[in-house]
Amino acid sequence: MSSRTPFSLFHFASPATFYPLATRMQPWFMALAVVLSVVGLYIGFLLAPTDAQQGEGYRIIFVHVPASWMAMFIYCVMAFWAAVGLAFNIKLASMMASALAPTGALFALLSLWTGALWGKPMWGAWWVWDARLTSTLILFFLYLGFMALQAAIDDPRRADKAGAIVAIVGVVNVPIIYFSVKWWNTLHQGASVSVTKSPSMAALMLWAMLIMALAFWMYSIAVALGRVRNIIVERERQNEWVRHAVA
Amino acid sequence: MNTLVVSLRRDLLLAGRRRSEVLTALFFFVVVVSLFPIGIGPEPALLRRIGPGVLWVAALLATLLGLPRLFAADHADGTLEQMALSSQSFALQMVGKVAAHWLLCGLPLVVLAPVLGLQFGLEADQLGILMLSLLIGTPLLSLIGSIGAALTLGVRGGGVLLSLLVLPLFIPALVVGAGSVEAQSAGLGVQGHLSILGAMLVLAAFFAPWATTASLRIAME
Repeated sequence: MSSRTPFSLFHFASPATFYPLATRMQPWFMALAVVLSVVGLYIGFLLAPTDAQQGEGYRIIFVHVPASWMAMFIYCVMAFWAAVGLAFNIKLASMMASALAPTGALFALLSLWTGALWGKPMWGAWWVWDARLTSTLILFFLYLGFMALQAAIDDPRRADKAGAIVAIVGVVNVPIIYFSVKWWNTLHQGASVSVTKSPSMAALMLWAMLIMALAFWMYSIAVALGRVRNIIVERERQNEWVRHAVA
Repeated sequence: MNTLVVSLRRDLLLAGRRRSEVLTALFFFVVVVSLFPIGIGPEPALLRRIGPGVLWVAALLATLLGLPRLFAADHADGTLEQMALSSQSFALQMVGKVAAHWLLCGLPLVVLAPVLGLQFGLEADQLGILMLSLLIGTPLLSLIGSIGAALTLGVRGGGVLLSLLVLPLFIPALVVGAGSVEAQSAGLGVQGHLSILGAMLVLAAFFAPWATTASLRIAME
C-alpha cells in the first residue's frame, strides 16, 4: 500500500486509521457546537427583537427550524453512507450510517416536540395535520424502522446491508411521501393556518437561526463521530490495534 | 416469462392445499372494517365520510398480515436458496411469488370491498372507484410489502418489525387511493388520483423486485 504518497481520503476508509482521526476531531466539533449554540441562543433569545405578531413565543424557531433541517438532511447523509457501504462493501461507511440514525431520529423528535410547543400558543392546538408535520412524523417512523431492523439482526454485516436497503428505499420514498401528504392536506381542507407563510424576518433573527443551524451541524458531526468510535471499538474488539487505542 | 408463470402456479397450488390461511386474511379484513361502525357509532353521514379511508386502511393491514409467510416456508426448507442458485432469473421467480400473494390476498379484497362499502352507505359510483383504486393499489402494496418481508426474513420479532418498516411506505398509496374515492364524492375528477396510483405501481413493479432479491440474498448469506 502506497500510503506515503499524496493524501487520499481512502486512507481513512479503514476503521484502524479512522479511529484516531475521529478521536482527535470529536472534541473540536463539540467545542464548536457549544460555542456556536451559546452565541446563537444569546442572539436569538436576548438580542433579536420581539416578533410583532407572534410575541416572544416565536423564539422557539431558533431550535425548531435547525432541528427540522437536520432531521431531513441527516436521513439523506445516512442513506448516502449506507449506499456507499452496500455498493463498495466498506465497513466504515455502514458504521457511519448506523451512527447517524439516532441523531437524526432525535432531531425529528425535537422538531415535532418544539413544533407542538410553538403550535399551542400560535394555533391553539398541539398538533395539526399539516403536510410538514405529518411528513416529519413519517420521517421519524422511517428512522425508527431503520434502527429497529439493525437492532434485530445479530450479524453486524447483515444488519449493515439490510439497513442500507431500508435507507435507500426510504430515501426514494421521502419525496413521494412529502408530496402525497401535501396533496392529501390540500384535499382534506386541513388546518386553516399555513406554516409556509413566512413573515419577513429581521436580519438578527436570520443570523441567530443560521448560527443555530451551524451549531446543530457541529453537534451532529461530534455525536456521530463519538458513536462511530463506539461502534468501531465494539465490532473490532478482536483486533490488536483496538486494545492499544483503548488502553 | 415462463419462469414467472411456473413460480406463480406453484405458489397458487401450495395455497390451494392450505385454504384456511388465505381465508384468514380475508376474514381479518371483514372484521376490522366492521369494528369501525361499532366503535364510532352508526350515523350514516359519518360512516359515508370515513368509509373509503377505513376500507383502505383495512386493506393495508390485511395485506400486511400475509407478508411474513411470503418467503418464510420456502426459506425454512431451503427452496429459496435453490431458486436463488438456479439458472432462471431469481427476480422473475420472486415476482411470481408476489403475484401469487396478490391474487390470494389482494384480489379477494378488491372483490369484497363493494359489499363492505355498502355497509358504509357508499354510492354505486363511489364503490366503482373504490374497487378500481384497490385494484391498482393492492398489487402496489404487495410489491412494497415484499421488500419488507425479504428484509425481516428470519429476523427476531420479524412480524412486528415488518409493520414498522412497511406501513410508513404504504402511506402514499393510502393517501392517493382513499383520496380518489373522496374526490369522486366531491365531484372532482378521479383521473389524476388513479394515474398517480398507476405511476406508483409501475415504479414499484420496476424497482421493488430488485430490492426484494437483494434483501433475500443478504438474508441467505
